[in-house]
Amino acid sequence: MAASHRTGSGISAQTVPFTFDGVAYQAQAGDTLAAALIANGVQLMARSFKYHRPRGVLAMGSEDPSALVTVGTGGWQEPNARASDVFVYPGLVARSQNVWPSLRFDVGAINSLLAPFIPAGFYYKTFFGPPSRWMLYERFIRRAAGLGMPPSVADADTYAHRAAFCDVLVVGGGPAGLNAALAAAQVGKRVILIEQDAIAGGSLLRENVTIDGLPGADWARSMMAQITAAGGRVLTRTTASGYWDDNFVTAIERRVEPGQPTEHGATDRPAQVLWKLRCGEVVLATGTIERPLVFVDNDLPGVMLAGAARTLALRHGVAPGRRVVIATSHDDAYRTAFALAAAGAEVVAILDSRVAPTGAVIDAARVRFPVHADARPLRALRSGNGVGGIEAVIAGAKRRFTADCIAMSGGASPVLHLHRQAGGALDYHTDRGAFLPGAVRQHHTTIGAAAGTHDLVAILPQSTVVDPLGTATPPQPGPVWHGEAAGKAFVDFQNDVTTDDLALAQREGYVSVEHTKRYTTLGMGTDQGKTAAMVALAQIADGRGLAVPDAGLTTFRPPYTPVTLGAFAGPMRGDHAGPIRRLPLAGAHDALGALWVPAGAWMRPRAYPRRGEALGVASLREARMVRSSAGVVDVSTLTKFEVAGPDALAVVMAVCATPLAKLAVGRGRYTVMLREDGLVMDDGTVWRLADDRWLVTSSTGGLARMARHFSYVIDILLNHPRATVVDVSEHWAGLALAGPHAAAVLADLTGVPSPAHMGLIDATIAGVPVRILGASYSGERAFEVHVPGHRAAPVFEALMAGVTAVGGGAYGLDAMDHLRVEKGHVVIGAEADGRVTPGDLGLGGMLRKTGGFVGWQGLTRPVLADPAGRRHLVGLTAIDDTPIAEGAMLVVRAGEEPLGHVTTAAPRVAGDGAIALGLLIDGAARHGETLVAWSPTRRSTVPVRVGPPLFYDAEGARYRD
Amino acid sequence: MGNPGYSALSLLRGALGGHRHWGRAWRAAEPGGPYDVIIIGGGGHGLATAYYLAHEHGVRRIAVLEKGYIGGGNTGRNTTIVRSNYRLPQLQRMLDYSLKLWHSLSDELNYNVMFSPRGALFLGHSDADMAKLAERGDALIAMGIDAELMDSAAVAKLVPLFDMRRDARWPIDGGLIQHRGGTARHDAVAWGFARAADNLGVDIIENCEVTGFLRDGDSAGGRVTGVRTTRGDIHGGRTAICVAGNSGHVAGLAGLQLPIESHTLQAWVTEPVKPMIDTVVMSQSLHCYFSQSDKGGMVGGGDPDMFPSYAQRGAPIRLEDSIAQAIALVPALSRLRMVRSWAGVTDMSFDGAPIIGETPLPGLYLNGGWCYGGFKATPGSGRLYAHLLATGTSHPIAAPFDLARFAAGRTIDEAGVGPMPQHR
Amino acid sequence: MLLIPCPHCGPRNQEEFAYERSVDSVVRIDDAPAVAMAALYTRANLRGEDHEIWCHAHGCGQWLRMTRDRVTHAIRNVEAL
Repeated sequence: MAASHRTGSGISAQTVPFTFDGVAYQAQAGDTLAAALIANGVQLMARSFKYHRPRGVLAMGSEDPSALVTVGTGGWQEPNARASDVFVYPGLVARSQNVWPSLRFDVGAINSLLAPFIPAGFYYKTFFGPPSRWMLYERFIRRAAGLGMPPSVADADTYAHRAAFCDVLVVGGGPAGLNAALAAAQVGKRVILIEQDAIAGGSLLRENVTIDGLPGADWARSMMAQITAAGGRVLTRTTASGYWDDNFVTAIERRVEPGQPTEHGATDRPAQVLWKLRCGEVVLATGTIERPLVFVDNDLPGVMLAGAARTLALRHGVAPGRRVVIATSHDDAYRTAFALAAAGAEVVAILDSRVAPTGAVIDAARVRFPVHADARPLRALRSGNGVGGIEAVIAGAKRRFTADCIAMSGGASPVLHLHRQAGGALDYHTDRGAFLPGAVRQHHTTIGAAAGTHDLVAILPQSTVVDPLGTATPPQPGPVWHGEAAGKAFVDFQNDVTTDDLALAQREGYVSVEHTKRYTTLGMGTDQGKTAAMVALAQIADGRGLAVPDAGLTTFRPPYTPVTLGAFAGPMRGDHAGPIRRLPLAGAHDALGALWVPAGAWMRPRAYPRRGEALGVASLREARMVRSSAGVVDVSTLTKFEVAGPDALAVVMAVCATPLAKLAVGRGRYTVMLREDGLVMDDGTVWRLADDRWLVTSSTGGLARMARHFSYVIDILLNHPRATVVDVSEHWAGLALAGPHAAAVLADLTGVPSPAHMGLIDATIAGVPVRILGASYSGERAFEVHVPGHRAAPVFEALMAGVTAVGGGAYGLDAMDHLRVEKGHVVIGAEADGRVTPGDLGLGGMLRKTGGFVGWQGLTRPVLADPAGRRHLVGLTAIDDTPIAEGAMLVVRAGEEPLGHVTTAAPRVAGDGAIALGLLIDGAARHGETLVAWSPTRRSTVPVRVGPPLFYDAEGARYRD
Repeated sequence: MGNPGYSALSLLRGALGGHRHWGRAWRAAEPGGPYDVIIIGGGGHGLATAYYLAHEHGVRRIAVLEKGYIGGGNTGRNTTIVRSNYRLPQLQRMLDYSLKLWHSLSDELNYNVMFSPRGALFLGHSDADMAKLAERGDALIAMGIDAELMDSAAVAKLVPLFDMRRDARWPIDGGLIQHRGGTARHDAVAWGFARAADNLGVDIIENCEVTGFLRDGDSAGGRVTGVRTTRGDIHGGRTAICVAGNSGHVAGLAGLQLPIESHTLQAWVTEPVKPMIDTVVMSQSLHCYFSQSDKGGMVGGGDPDMFPSYAQRGAPIRLEDSIAQAIALVPALSRLRMVRSWAGVTDMSFDGAPIIGETPLPGLYLNGGWCYGGFKATPGSGRLYAHLLATGTSHPIAAPFDLARFAAGRTIDEAGVGPMPQHR
Repeated sequence: MLLIPCPHCGPRNQEEFAYERSVDSVVRIDDAPAVAMAALYTRANLRGEDHEIWCHAHGCGQWLRMTRDRVTHAIRNVEAL
């Protein structure tokens, strides 16, 4: 085991145990996993995606593409966690991934040898043959691809959503963000400051600066306290991931670390919170992301960004190596040299690509370190699974240095992801080799390093800043790599995209930057190319002889950093994934032994099976009970509207396609409602409650659609008539009472004569005022009893007592369906499938000849007006009495193209055998023909006779008075 | 064109020579002309149209005009699902015509489009769902298209991570699978067609946006004779719009209004993980669908944003809805992390079915209205459109999808929801 | 996520609203069939600013006329219908 790299100047003395690949280690509180591993001498943390090259950390933050590990176990296991973005907690279990058999000896590394055969996009050029052959290759490719193992059990964490409003949202808790947040809070604005790190400070956490007499990290802490004291809200460990239209920002707050166990299922203690922030103004203080330098084997463990090395030293008290080479193209990395030297490392060399760098920090460095100008790395030298040195070209001469850490910096890119998501423009600054924020479309500004301001004095003009290394200068980009040494020079470390891959893509014509990206997979990893994008762009532009901005940019898309899917779902899981609606009488149905069935969002009684009774048997028994005595079915879910006002008739006439003007008060009628294209939208009944008051019922599933339709008709089409529509669906529970004894049972309960068929009365049952509609769906004499939902129980009880006394009982949806099929009544969604006219359903004669209803114009279209060739509603009788499969195709012979299909199948209630309704091309002309109801999926072939869609009481004698 | 064919052998040659022998997959053509056919839109459909025009109809002078980079619209933004298991016979015929082409497309193009017929599975969550799925399966088999009804045990075996608890919010009662359906690599489809078309001499002209139409005479009914573009006027015999997502805009340049409205559809992809789900998962009554890419990311989507937009961006609520439903079906998905979401502009037609046919303007043709289902149709759509453009008459499979069907009342409404695209 | 200024309720999230159709595609009940079908089945579908009818469906339930850019999503005007 390597000796400790802890320098003794760490931030905490408290130790935290964790394991990596089964080996126990100690971290210090506040360590990231990456810092803790390096402190323990572990540089090798992962293997790359394609070539399985050994990898350590490149960056110390969420942008790191390289050190991906799996953390946690069981329901907390999380693949692809970034070691530099997991703060160690007691008992953290981390494992390497995408390796076999082990991280050190990974067989997949053979891909490195195969590399010449598998350049970017190689898979487009081979694996030909039938798809089955590709799928064989694909099995291996899929296994080789992917990173971590997928979770195999349900997520043990819970997630919450929270909404908030603020005048000012500040993203980023570095010096600029803290300053802006406090300034806004102090003038009374509602401020939210979010910071993705566990502590505020941003760049200050890797600098030796003093602000207003306090060390940077302490100053940041004090600023946080002041912001809170001024009424602001500070959210740490929170990442702004999406910037949407109209200053709507989504942010993810991590309440626990990746893989960290929470109390199982504790919905009040979510692991993550998805914040939905509607902001008056957004201030983006998101800092920069450092760029790597491009040279051969720049991905070896131990080669890292200079800022990462400095963070290890100054924030975590960890020396990333003992002999360090700094390779840079600008001033900032010099600071790393001082920090690492202070942490006890030997700075072997500073390689500066500039020919004649000047400035205070350089002068200071020359005194202490060997500084080489005009010096560029050619290749990292390998030692085992890590870096052992570097070969550089210095003023034209090659030279090698032995080192166990290369701290490199190829400039820095302002973090403008949110700015771009918000529609902001980018301006390229050639002198800096960087994009800076341009014109904005929403209410936001970008400040600090993200806006190109690196000098702390400029960022904090009111503060006294003491920086022993002088004023920070803007970073400069590293040189473009022209293949100065043979080997792999990486641009996108996660997806193993090299400069050769970029060149190949250009050579093959994938020159649009989007094509280059998609062809090489550049920037398509979990880091979305945060460290790679600008380096690649410079390479591409150079290769094509273009200026960088002319090479194009790919789109910045949410989320900024990966977001757990569970956080998007938030509370929408388990039963809350979708609402379930229960009937007012659900308890009473349960007491009767109801078997429930989903109907849209509703749960409805399907049948009331007796002990040991099969569902089909129960339903048929219930249906026959209705035919012979009386039954009660809960129809509370029916959609019901009341239309009232002097112009109510006009409203109802516009919506309903049947004649209504002459309907007498106290009477009702069956009706259909059409869409504007003339096809059937819904059906129901319409009742005249008073001269200027109507009740309209329609199908359960169509409530939202019909409510919107009524509203549209009133407010848009009729231009605010003197009428109001109220959705009374929820007000009224509905109980249908049907059967030859129904009228007598009802009269007994109300003490008044039951209403005539399609008549309506108000009455009282069990002391509760009810409305009774004489309407039959079953074909028997039947009534709908409407009763306020909260008072339905005693009415249901009374009805049940009444029907039980005559040998009846409750019946469910299946029995109701059997009864209506026998009568040829249609159901929206089955027979009325959104593609039929009223005429197709045999209802054409009901329509108002004068038009004047929504949809009349659509019906005049030639193909709708001519019944020939259309599908018509028919009745089907199984010739051999065997059950017909619902949904079966209607064919002349099995194997032929369908002429139609079975829309609903049912057993005969009155008599034996099986019947069905169907839609059949030219069906009205086929009565008497024999077809086959063929269901190949269910291996059912039933000869059927086509007839009218009416199997019972054709004269309608049974439901009339 | 001096471009080596693609094969394992050629790759081997590349390995020995630093892959220097590969030339451009397609030329960076300059606008020329006059052309026999000008295709507006360098997406998969437009490029496929060009390929089949050249390959099967021997049309020599063809231009494909692309306002940005080829495949940059909906071809490169979809969730890559390929299937033909529709309910209505017109759609079944068209999509299965396309599916058959998919099965030999990589060989046809000498470009591996990674068509992976791993099965396209619709789940059912109730007896009613299962009856609907059986009906669909029966309709498919009756048309000679493969379908298999699966019970819950078979579905659980296929995707062991499904939540098979009976008290799940949407219990899984079974499903209907089309084994010949699956996924393909969307970009490769555009690139493969482009390379193959280019080999046949088709000019693929990128960064060339159409800004207007050239007309015979000044009359509004005058024949279309070409296009105005950001790279100059281009003349042609037949002009073919193929810009799903922007059909309304481009047709508007010719003074046409279409039964199409442009809406936003979003999609998402997670970080890559090892193989997790080997099938395309959809649902009869939920609004989510997902599959795992060869790279390992779970790719998914749901409902459109339900209002008109050309912005190629959406709102987070749609993502939340589809993800919540996906997690309800596969709880283990909860722990994966979304790495990217994106949006495309869908050409929502007013019956949910595509439009392939002539327009009221002589010389101008339309292929559009693919709603959110165009990717799967790419080869079939291109071949059928090529037939129309080469012969002047619609192929029988494409004939029902003419523009005149709306006024005539011959709409092809798979969902049965009528003319409002936001209800689809 | 649009913030739509409802004339009755003030600014509200887009998820409270439902898009209905563009203003020019309203089919009047007394329109002649050809006029009605043209309104129903053709849209300008402008890539730019257009006039639309929306409903504050999960709010006050009132109908709105909105002038909105379909590329930038900028809402220029909302008025009660």
